[in-house]
Amino acid sequence: MDYITWRSFYTVLVFVLFIGVVFWAYSKGRKKKFDEAAKSIFEEDELKETKQDNTKQESKDNE
Amino acid sequence: MSQTNPQQIEYNLKVVRQFTVMTVVWGIIGMALGVWIAAQLIWPELNFDTPWLTYSRLRPLHTNAVIFAFGTSALMGTSFYIVQKTCRTALFSDKLAAFVFWSWQTVIVLAVITLPLGLTSSKEYGELEWPIDILIALSWIAYIIVFFGTLVKRNTSHIYVANWFYGGFIITVAVLHIVNSMAMPVSFTKSYSIYAGAVDAMIQWWYGHNAVGFLLTAGFLGMMYYFVPKQAERPVYSYRLSVVHFWALISLYIWAGPHHLHYTALPDWTQSLGMVMSVILFVPSWGGMINGIMTLSGAWHKLKTDPILRFLIVSLSFYGMSTFEGPMMSIKSVNALSHYTDWTIGHVHSGALGWVAMITIGSMYYLIPRLWGQTQMHSVRWINVHFWLHTIGTVLYIVALWISGVMQGLMWRAVNAEDGTLTYSFVESVEASYPFWFIRFVGGLFIVAGMLLMAWNMYRTIKAGKPTTETIDVAPREAATPSA
Repeated sequence: MDYITWRSFYTVLVFVLFIGVVFWAYSKGRKKKFDEAAKSIFEEDELKETKQDNTKQESKDNE
Repeated sequence: MSQTNPQQIEYNLKVVRQFTVMTVVWGIIGMALGVWIAAQLIWPELNFDTPWLTYSRLRPLHTNAVIFAFGTSALMGTSFYIVQKTCRTALFSDKLAAFVFWSWQTVIVLAVITLPLGLTSSKEYGELEWPIDILIALSWIAYIIVFFGTLVKRNTSHIYVANWFYGGFIITVAVLHIVNSMAMPVSFTKSYSIYAGAVDAMIQWWYGHNAVGFLLTAGFLGMMYYFVPKQAERPVYSYRLSVVHFWALISLYIWAGPHHLHYTALPDWTQSLGMVMSVILFVPSWGGMINGIMTLSGAWHKLKTDPILRFLIVSLSFYGMSTFEGPMMSIKSVNALSHYTDWTIGHVHSGALGWVAMITIGSMYYLIPRLWGQTQMHSVRWINVHFWLHTIGTVLYIVALWISGVMQGLMWRAVNAEDGTLTYSFVESVEASYPFWFIRFVGGLFIVAGMLLMAWNMYRTIKAGKPTTETIDVAPREAATPSA
């Protein structure tokens, strides 16, 4: 394969791969996982909050 | 939650704190240097007839200080913070992380010494001489090991998108630095590039523009994808878009360099390729900007009360503006007017002061209280004052240079109809630029004033608090995620 053919092939390959990434990212199967990933950065806060909520709940019960 | 003897890991926040403080310190130094050389353009006597205080030596010091001292310290610090938080694990190696910090600060101190002495390889944004280049490479390889080592030992299955952007930035900068710095030393302080002629120019701008694309864009987008959702307290607008954004951005940016060499000895087809790729870059850039700004959709009211969020969101507006302006300026016919004029400098600063500095400042205001056991900065009102100082300064700066840039371009190309001679001499265009250079200088003063206020605010916050120690339970992997 000469240089020009190789570069043309490579350009088309990268384009096809990119279209593949778009279809993969927007496929139905990925939605749930991506939603989870987007929310993952808040997990530590939720853990802290639930701990605080629990204590609040306890104090209410005590009243 | 199960109480089965959780194994606790302590985050390494020490190195994050070190980088955070140095980001603010270098920010002040780098920006003050910028104001100084802006003043030299109006009052040349300000070089005090001293060789090492001349514009030619301080200008590379200014660019190195803001890009590699301020910007890169911010990137290293935030990436170490985010990679630990999102991977739920401590850094790969505390010793190596400390080496990254100290070696990087050494590089900057060496730059502060050598550049005013006139020791330079004369490659723009890569001026440092070969011994320092080797230290940069070592520091960067350590950075790669710490960052990717942490990703490898993560306690989550998914790698959060911010880390993808940081990872892309870290790997690409290593490649760019090593290829561009290839040189033949003739003495300890002097070397010559192994490239020559048009190839040298192409390597230089392949490096130069990708320093913009990967260091000043991809890295800071990593910052954006973590701190904007965190500060807005809502997940990123579209995670799917962020994935497409990443792959589109990194596969396109690498081709854009030739737009710095329009109408030069570079082959025509390379110039046209660079132009086309730069124009297409508009799409992923705006995709990312929209993704960041729309994260706030349904919570716009937060902008009214939260100056940190204001910094972050306005930085994205400036990002959108400069990534529209950039592709436009890369079109050959527009470039014929804009190249070598102040317009280019105005464009760079709308990216540097508007996007890079504002996203960094916002992120630092988020981080500082959390790193020193506080709930918020010493004074939230001062953050707001800083926001307005910085915004006004940036707008003054870029508007002044837009006008002077277009004016210079028009004056340089004006020819007399009768005989085809130039209408204006170069000095006439310099004279006409003075008022705008003065406005730029005033804008710079606003920005440095804001940075000084930030430093004082940071000092008071640190003094009131004490270093945070934060641990995370990691033992049973499933237990880390809430069952709900």
